[in-house]
Amino acid sequence: MNALKALLFNPSTRQTLLAFASLLALMTFFSVASPNFLQADNMVAILQATAVNGVLAIACTFVIITSGIDLSVGTLMTFCAVMAGVFLTYWGLPIYVGVLAAVFFGALCGFVSGVLIAKLKVPPFIATLGMMMLLKGLSLVISGTKPIYFNDTPEFPYISQESLIGYFVPSLPIPNAVLILFIVAVLSSLVLNKTRLGRYTFALGSNEEAVRLSGVNVDFWKIVVYSLNGAICGIAGLLIASRLNSAQPALGQGYELDAIAAVVIGGTSLSGGTGTILGTIIGAFIMSVLTNGLRIMSVAQEWQTVVTGVIIILAVYIDIIRRKRQ
Amino acid sequence: MSGTRPIVELREVSKAFAGVQALSKCRFELMPGEVHALMGENGAGKSTLMKVLAGVYQRDSGEILLDGQAVELPSPRAAQALGIGIVHQELNLMNHLTAAQNIFIGREPRGRFGLFLDEETLDQDARRIFERMNLPLDPRTPVGELTVAKQQMVEIAKALSFDSRVLIMDEPTAALNNAEIAELFRIVRQLKAHGVGIVYISHKMDELKQISDRVTVMRDGRYIDTVPTAGTPMEKIISMMVGRELDHGERDHPPPSTAEVALEVRGLTRGKAIRDVSFTLRRGEILGLAGLMGAGRTEVARAIFGADPLESGEIRVHGRVAQIGSPSDAVAHGIGYLSEDRKHFGLATGLDVETNIVLSSLSRFVGRGGLLDQPAMRRTADDYIQRLDIRTPSARQQVRLLSGGNQQKIVIAKWLLRDCDILFFDEPTRGIDVGAKSEIYKLLDALAAQGKAIVMISSELPEILRMSHRILVMCEGRLTGELPARGATQEAIMQLATQRESLVAH
Repeated sequence: MNALKALLFNPSTRQTLLAFASLLALMTFFSVASPNFLQADNMVAILQATAVNGVLAIACTFVIITSGIDLSVGTLMTFCAVMAGVFLTYWGLPIYVGVLAAVFFGALCGFVSGVLIAKLKVPPFIATLGMMMLLKGLSLVISGTKPIYFNDTPEFPYISQESLIGYFVPSLPIPNAVLILFIVAVLSSLVLNKTRLGRYTFALGSNEEAVRLSGVNVDFWKIVVYSLNGAICGIAGLLIASRLNSAQPALGQGYELDAIAAVVIGGTSLSGGTGTILGTIIGAFIMSVLTNGLRIMSVAQEWQTVVTGVIIILAVYIDIIRRKRQ
Repeated sequence: MSGTRPIVELREVSKAFAGVQALSKCRFELMPGEVHALMGENGAGKSTLMKVLAGVYQRDSGEILLDGQAVELPSPRAAQALGIGIVHQELNLMNHLTAAQNIFIGREPRGRFGLFLDEETLDQDARRIFERMNLPLDPRTPVGELTVAKQQMVEIAKALSFDSRVLIMDEPTAALNNAEIAELFRIVRQLKAHGVGIVYISHKMDELKQISDRVTVMRDGRYIDTVPTAGTPMEKIISMMVGRELDHGERDHPPPSTAEVALEVRGLTRGKAIRDVSFTLRRGEILGLAGLMGAGRTEVARAIFGADPLESGEIRVHGRVAQIGSPSDAVAHGIGYLSEDRKHFGLATGLDVETNIVLSSLSRFVGRGGLLDQPAMRRTADDYIQRLDIRTPSARQQVRLLSGGNQQKIVIAKWLLRDCDILFFDEPTRGIDVGAKSEIYKLLDALAAQGKAIVMISSELPEILRMSHRILVMCEGRLTGELPARGATQEAIMQLATQRESLVAH
């Protein structure tokens, strides 16, 4: 009972509960507003739509908890997709090589950002803004500005679109992309809460100077955080490429803001030190339920964007009020 | 335990920052089981010297000997590994992490596969250290939820967790109340008995008398002398620090009982923090507000200044009821508040002296076409620099490069320029060295003589007794008494300051 009480009064747990309650409220609203919302097809569509943004948001969560920011996650995702295309379609290598390549190049780019930030002391906002544009350009150059189709590897789309769960439980045709999101979330949560990397992630966001004075190699761990962030973006790159069965080099910009929004709605503070993966996942679902629900209610696209903006501001404002009261 | 050979010896250590010589050929020596006080005015180089010893800074020249062996200390980690721990002046804690997590940051115990952290061992190890310190604290409490005093204890626990043989404490009591200081001293004595050598940096003379064996004095980055604490009069230590004798003025002029009442507050109340506080303040008067930490003194000042809301109560300025809902209302009524935390609330430390002085009076420097009258701003700043004797190379100097005393004067200049005639000084000499303190005292006296009405909050009783015409004492949000300056004693104030409600018969 006391443990339950402690859990309920834990600020980050409360924030997650609040986010979850908002998600339920949104879903209730849309299911009353439109009979189509709760249809199985639509639920699967929402899950599928959340996968990419969810994985990107998980990547961002690490960086944001350190009180950094990564604006390059969107174009990095695309860059990784393009690299998968290069390995599979241009060079005709087996699928697993393409998968490893995407994750490797993601980690490599994250490593570069990390070095820029930790060693060269470029502010994260600027370093990753630079990386965002650099990677966008590189994707276009490498692909010759044209999409790369995965025609030689017909199994590639399975990564995202098939349903392993549906194979075993036919009544639950949940696409693999969602399964991957779930696996990435569980592993990330473990890393964040149970490992040294996770401990330093929080510590860096809480008081970097104190961590440095404690004799921790701050630069090293920062680079690791950004590399991990990059590797997770590589997974997002695989998900989107396999869903579209192509690497679309012009895609990607704008995804970083959706991801950051999901992180913030999920209760992770941009000033660092606090945050949960579960909150981020809920944040990602709030974003896609909102988009999906408004579309089903035939709200015009431009108004959907307006509503999303309002929700983000509201979420952060509620968080600020809550903090003030403490 | 006390051996004849020092654990630590620093020889001819020099260090320069960007051309400024912070340390020149400094010496220091620490015996096992010794509490060695390091004294000097702010900027004398005490903290710099100790940061060299703790591996935070690298010396330019000189030698560091540990047990007679020359050692290199390229990083805090290297120093820790050799048993040198430091408790920095600023708390260096991660507020979002628990006490145990803070203590073992960088050395987390890990489970079987070396992958996952072992929280149980972590908490147990921390609990063991707390027990050794006789400190009742749950290692799983997030540090951000602890009081400053407890946070300080966590810092000490952290330094101890390295099995330190040398413990450096840089102004450890700055934020502690008397009971907490006693607790700290108990721990220091315990460590001393175990043969730990302790370097103790502090401005507070009485503490040094109580706790230290020897005193080393530094001035302007140089070593002055080392003397045994017992048998050396404080005046001698002070004169070694400042290089001159100090003014020990007593309050002589009587309180101006017939002067106009500048500020009158009636029944100020907010929850448990402020409970039915009423007082009057006359022009030319310095009203001392005494009490222990958390007694509600700062809360009262902030509420009158409009920085925090009030539930009820009335504020009259020059006899008229004033509606103060925000600091800008207060300033419009001529009330200025000088926060104890200058860096956070008083100054834009990255900006220059001139900008800080004119900052809250900018509207009066707007000339034709909405442009700022730069020459007038410069003249005004120079005028105040001269009047308050602010020591700065120029009005263009960045404020963060100046000493605490000069920063304090800049805040005062800012409020004077704003025509504030009711001034709240919250711990005006905290973190300021002895020489600058007496200058701030003179300045407060001069302001009062000019007819300003002043409330001075201070935790240092000698300061309260010396400066105030009248003394109000608070405890647990209530005013527990008023004392005239003449005849008031530290004991009388402490009695009122500890008059807890539970002890008062109803």
